[in-house]
Amino acid sequence: MSEMMTGAEMVIRTLQDQGVEHIFGYPGGAVLPIYDAIFHQDQVKHILVRHEQGAVHAAEGYARSSGKVGVVLVTSGPGATNAVTGLTDAMMDSIPIVCITGQVATHLIGSDAFQECDTVGITRHCTKHNYLVQSIEDLPRILHEAFYVASTGRPGPVVVDLPKDIQFKMGSYTRPTSNQHKTYRPTVKGDIDKIRAAIELMASAKRPVFYTGGGVINSGPHASALLRELARLTGFPVTSTLMGLGAYPAADRQFLGMLGMHGTYESNLAMHECDVMINIGARFDDRITGRLDAFSPYSKRIHVDIDPSSINKNVKVEIPIIGDCAHVLEDMVRLWRQTAPQVDKVALKEWWTKIDGWRGRDCLAYRPSDEIIKPQYAVQRLYELTKDRETFITTEVGQHQMWAAQYFKFEEPNHWMTSGGLGTMGYGLPAAIGTQLAHPKALVVDIAGEASILMNMQEMSTAVQYRLPVKIFILNNEYMGMVRQWQELLHGGRYSESYSQSLPDFVKLAEAYGGVGIRCDKPGDLDAAILEMINVDRPVIFDCVVDKTENCFPMIPSGKGHNEMLLNDYLNETGPVDLGSVIDEKGKMLV
Amino acid sequence: MTQMSTIYPPATRVEPISRHTLAVVVDNEPGVLARIAGLFSGRGYNIESLTVTETEHESHISRVTIVTTGTDSIIEQIKAHLEKLVPVHRVVDLTLTGDAVERELCLVKVVGKGEQRVEAMRLAAAFGARTMDASLTSFVYELTGTTEEIERFIKLMTVVGLAEVSRTGVAAMARGPEGM
Repeated sequence: MSEMMTGAEMVIRTLQDQGVEHIFGYPGGAVLPIYDAIFHQDQVKHILVRHEQGAVHAAEGYARSSGKVGVVLVTSGPGATNAVTGLTDAMMDSIPIVCITGQVATHLIGSDAFQECDTVGITRHCTKHNYLVQSIEDLPRILHEAFYVASTGRPGPVVVDLPKDIQFKMGSYTRPTSNQHKTYRPTVKGDIDKIRAAIELMASAKRPVFYTGGGVINSGPHASALLRELARLTGFPVTSTLMGLGAYPAADRQFLGMLGMHGTYESNLAMHECDVMINIGARFDDRITGRLDAFSPYSKRIHVDIDPSSINKNVKVEIPIIGDCAHVLEDMVRLWRQTAPQVDKVALKEWWTKIDGWRGRDCLAYRPSDEIIKPQYAVQRLYELTKDRETFITTEVGQHQMWAAQYFKFEEPNHWMTSGGLGTMGYGLPAAIGTQLAHPKALVVDIAGEASILMNMQEMSTAVQYRLPVKIFILNNEYMGMVRQWQELLHGGRYSESYSQSLPDFVKLAEAYGGVGIRCDKPGDLDAAILEMINVDRPVIFDCVVDKTENCFPMIPSGKGHNEMLLNDYLNETGPVDLGSVIDEKGKMLV
Repeated sequence: MTQMSTIYPPATRVEPISRHTLAVVVDNEPGVLARIAGLFSGRGYNIESLTVTETEHESHISRVTIVTTGTDSIIEQIKAHLEKLVPVHRVVDLTLTGDAVERELCLVKVVGKGEQRVEAMRLAAAFGARTMDASLTSFVYELTGTTEEIERFIKLMTVVGLAEVSRTGVAAMARGPEGM
């Protein structure tokens, strides 16, 4: 049944029909009719952010923690350009976002009008798809299609650029009955013959490893459950990328921890030595592979990915399976049960003995201190004191992010929100706000660095306005820590511009925003301070003053293979490594 | 040579580079060409030639013919990325489907007098080029052929007073009874 309404009303009606409860946005001239439509209803709640980048990150946190599409509404020109970083972040990490941008009236497009920019041109490369709406007749279809494209296949951000005159125009709205698209049809079911071949290869493995990624999370909680089942059935070890943490329970004996540049010793060596690698929903990112010609030299590889362009992009695989992780895992579990293959028990036992030997290195150990708070210790205590409650963690980008990934143990999917692909400093606080909205009763902590947090600090005001009791747990080492670490490795310890000078007093800053500030600089006081933070039902900035010199280990230096990891000095029997001499000239060129 | 899209050194192997002609069937909507061109520039792939025009007016479908070069893995990546674009219906690698018919049209202006002018006429006749315009000191020839034929023609015309060239790029189609 069709109904007559304005373009602006169609936007809101579509959101209602799509079951959207919250949108993140910032008003401006070119979206005023939509804001007026928001005013006339209360089904869709608008969260007013303080910067459009924050709106997209908040929508990302909302989407990633809930499995729903995150929705953003911003104005033309600067509203759209400010959203670009968030859109690119969502693109890299495959987060479903629908971003509606206002545009100047159709007849003004191309005239360099006030707050005009070529939004579809600018966002073409950082969205999965984008639309410039050119007539009111197209609007209902485009809006619903945007949700379909954003949330199916490999998820991603979709921009709908909506000129102001079309927002005012009357048109007929009908909710499309079918999602069938004439050109866009992502493959969901995997090729059963390839899956059969994969099962055969897995059954013959002597040194197998599951390498799982964000695709398992994006595929929904069911995919995580199936991954657990398959891992249990096969008894194979499991490692995960940064984006995949939580898909497999961290406390489980079969879990080796995160892999890659700052992954565990046992994960990286398992990847290096394995004979069969089963990649489920990961994309052989350069943070994972390190030096490509030294990557996993003895393995045959299975790669399950919903995106055909991820296959053979960086690493050649023997058995590519294009499809959704949950569907493929379901087939794998079924086939494994049906065929009940005779695995090489002796070889697998030997493999586990080897892995346990690597595990015995205890690669995450660090030199403890009674005087200063070690950042690793801070994350460990945060984990211990929050593990019995529903806790969601977001992060900014840098050393603190890696320590969070290493020391916080995730048992469930969708509880870990971090900017992996793009590495966006300033992601964590708005993402925490979005997460808290989706999970009002849960504890949401942004593990942050003192430099990153300042990039979107203004969103503290949003948290206070909507009474979202997010906790910002700053590991404050007064440095852009990861930059400092790389300068130590690559540039002779010349810490060019990486010192965080003129930092604000974070306690006073929290109070200025109307939140609560806590500072802690003694390991002995840490537990009590963290408990205080948890028990406050308001936004908190926790200034955790940590060791300024600590580096993030293990580390695969750039240009090196998985078997050339650097470990914490504490673990080197031969004494401290001269970090300045580890990376060769070629390696220095890399990021 | 275009490198693999990684910041890490590529595995030390030298893959041969080959030329592929891709037929891409797309919805003729605003921005679709920018999406395709942007994909190539953004990922560092080569476009040797690109032709596009609406081929089915009623359903607003256009056919884009792209000639590109790269290693086998890069060609696979290009096709996978093209297929991911929402308005793309189909991508067919005409180089893989066999010896496709590939034709290009060019307009060539030659300016000259005397013996040079006579030689230009002889060469044009030898290639079967049509004369589209003539003045006392110039000709405009039209030649349709494979890219190689056109290259040869232009090279020869350079000697006899070539002044200007306009080329359409390749239009291509698979041989045999099957449609795309």
